[in-house]
Amino acid sequence: MGKREIVVLMGTCGKSAGADRVYDKFTSVLKAKSITGVELKQSGCAGLCYSEVNVKTWRDGKEYIYAQITDDDVENFIDSEIIENKAYSKKILFEAAIGDDAALFPKQKRIVLRNCGKITPTSIDDYISKDGYKAITRVLKMPQELVVQEIKDSGLRGRGGAGFPTGLKWELTRKNPAPEGRYFICNADEGDPGAFMDRSVLEGDPHSVIEGMLIGAYAIGANKGYIYVRAEYPLAVKHCLKAIEDAKARGFLGKNIMDSDFSFDLKTKEGAGAFVCGEETALIASIEGKRGMPSLRPPYPAEKGVFGKSTVINNVETLANIPWIILNGGSKYSETGYEKSRGTKVFALAGKIKKGGLVEVPMGTTLREVIYDIGGGMAVPEYKFKAVQLGGPSGGCIPEKLLDLPVDYESLVKTGAIMGSGGMVIMDERSCMVDLARYFLNFTQNESCGKCTFCRLGTKRMLEILERICNGLGTMEELDLLQEIAKKCSTSSLCALGGSAPNPVLTTLKYFYDEYVEHIVNKKCPAKYCKKLLTYTISDKCVGCTACARKCPVKAISGEKKGRHIIDQQKCIKCGVCVATCKFDAIDTE
Amino acid sequence: MESEKTITDEVQAALPVLYQSYGKRHDSLIPILQGIQNKLKYIPKEAISIIAKELSMYESDIYGVITFYTQFRLSPVGQHIIKLCKGTACHVGGAETVGEAVSEILKINENETSAGNKFTLEYVACLGCCSLAPVMMIDNKVYAHLTKDKIKKILEEY
Repeated sequence: MGKREIVVLMGTCGKSAGADRVYDKFTSVLKAKSITGVELKQSGCAGLCYSEVNVKTWRDGKEYIYAQITDDDVENFIDSEIIENKAYSKKILFEAAIGDDAALFPKQKRIVLRNCGKITPTSIDDYISKDGYKAITRVLKMPQELVVQEIKDSGLRGRGGAGFPTGLKWELTRKNPAPEGRYFICNADEGDPGAFMDRSVLEGDPHSVIEGMLIGAYAIGANKGYIYVRAEYPLAVKHCLKAIEDAKARGFLGKNIMDSDFSFDLKTKEGAGAFVCGEETALIASIEGKRGMPSLRPPYPAEKGVFGKSTVINNVETLANIPWIILNGGSKYSETGYEKSRGTKVFALAGKIKKGGLVEVPMGTTLREVIYDIGGGMAVPEYKFKAVQLGGPSGGCIPEKLLDLPVDYESLVKTGAIMGSGGMVIMDERSCMVDLARYFLNFTQNESCGKCTFCRLGTKRMLEILERICNGLGTMEELDLLQEIAKKCSTSSLCALGGSAPNPVLTTLKYFYDEYVEHIVNKKCPAKYCKKLLTYTISDKCVGCTACARKCPVKAISGEKKGRHIIDQQKCIKCGVCVATCKFDAIDTE
Repeated sequence: MESEKTITDEVQAALPVLYQSYGKRHDSLIPILQGIQNKLKYIPKEAISIIAKELSMYESDIYGVITFYTQFRLSPVGQHIIKLCKGTACHVGGAETVGEAVSEILKINENETSAGNKFTLEYVACLGCCSLAPVMMIDNKVYAHLTKDKIKKILEEY
């Protein structure tokens, strides 16, 4: 081994947990102790977001991952790991033989995330040392048809949500004559709230996406391309720009790539905060500098895309798979998977889960395995699992009884949810399903571009009904109206935003109908979330400290000092300030 | 009129670099507007007229693009911009309470600027730090696992 390495994982998530401070502390302590021969490096997120800040090191053939490192740990860490050659046992998360990903990440298979948390994303040499740009070197000697065939053999489908077979998309595009050249676009407009795998890949391994694009561009004969990336991801933008610059300097991008006839000019375009721009026709409009309004297909982008030219648009996660497929073979890739969904899928676990972060599992793994075996189950075990929200605003809520479902495109669609981009938000008993439907409708209603009537007005009407229900003003008739609008909205909208906007409503109605009825008929919110439906009372735990009475904005609380207080229900505006104020847990919510 | 003249000057000064990087073309409109906003933190109406003339576009088309995308602002903002995440995980994790806390401490609502022109509060769809929910971003720095006390401390740092 010789030289020791200390790697601080510094994705946006790591940085917000304090990775910058930890890194600086390592620099200063190494210097203060005059330790040489240790290389301090930065890397992207390994997906262990629940345990940030993560630090990695290698010793005696083993890999060690440390969790929750703060600047206070650094000194002791260096003493034990570097000086004494012993593990810093206080904060160790995993240890395994070097390269044994299966031991580090049980039940996972890391293809897309293969380099995340391992390489320094701003170093092209690091990427090259992990077989980077080897696939494009091989591809440049292959006939284009064979490249397309390899991807078709892999069974890879678009990871952005819809699941269209990637190889077929390339093949169909190739069939369109394009005398003026084609475009190859990477869709990195990860707008689904709850999904962050594209951010992590672009931050942690940008070259894999660029190499995926190069292979695709070669296969379809494109010589210009864009990475359309969200402006909300400043670090991803920065790493993309650096990667493009470095790839150009090494001759992997630009004219006559590696002395071949193939040229590819790649630029980034920053999104400007419009969810609908993840839709391909809207994305094209946005690249052209226009309002990001979707347009009718056909013509498909394969025929008429950016600036009217034949275009392929692939998602970040899809593209990160491509170099692996070329190097290992399409058939090898398709060995993993389930029925018509081959390979792996990255999921972003968040919400009330113990180990939130990124996981990459073979297609066909059950939701239960993802949530319990990998995700560690519920964050607060006293509160039971209620639902998992899949696919963001276009997806749906899946209840406990369906947790043994294998994750693949078809099985998930049958539930009314979708695979989507892979955001999984786990909810416990404290989350109200009506409120969640309201939350998503509020989102889609805001993001609707306004072109189609049902999407523009239908979402607004649905939102109004849901708001009334959450406030205890809904009626049972309105539930029928809600269903009717939902169905019409999904059939009468041009793009997937309007088409799938009703999914959160339809799935919560399907699996949590009783909760709606409870809100409407009994004016109760079983999750105790909808404030307007709560009743606050003061129990005999009250010691009469008067704190709540002083804080109550409408003076609804009265009582003697050191005596039990009472709340005047007529005056109470249900703001919850008393609950937040009480130190004796004396305020009951019903 | 003095201050208006300054804004025009600032826009004029910023544009040549942007034209050089992105070209003086219709499809460069969004990056040019982003460049202006990066510099001035908003897009002054003077900029719309100048860009319209130079790119041979209608002012109304440019206005249309600006109002379509949530990133763009047409009025000045404070020194620091707080972007509060209202993504799903943050919502489930109590983003509403976080928002109320920020509003209470700074005495501002969405899209308003606090006293002394220090902070502007904006809500964004998702910052992609879902496993650290609830989160907010001040300028380009992300703050995680927010609580009311934590927010108070963070805001005091500025």
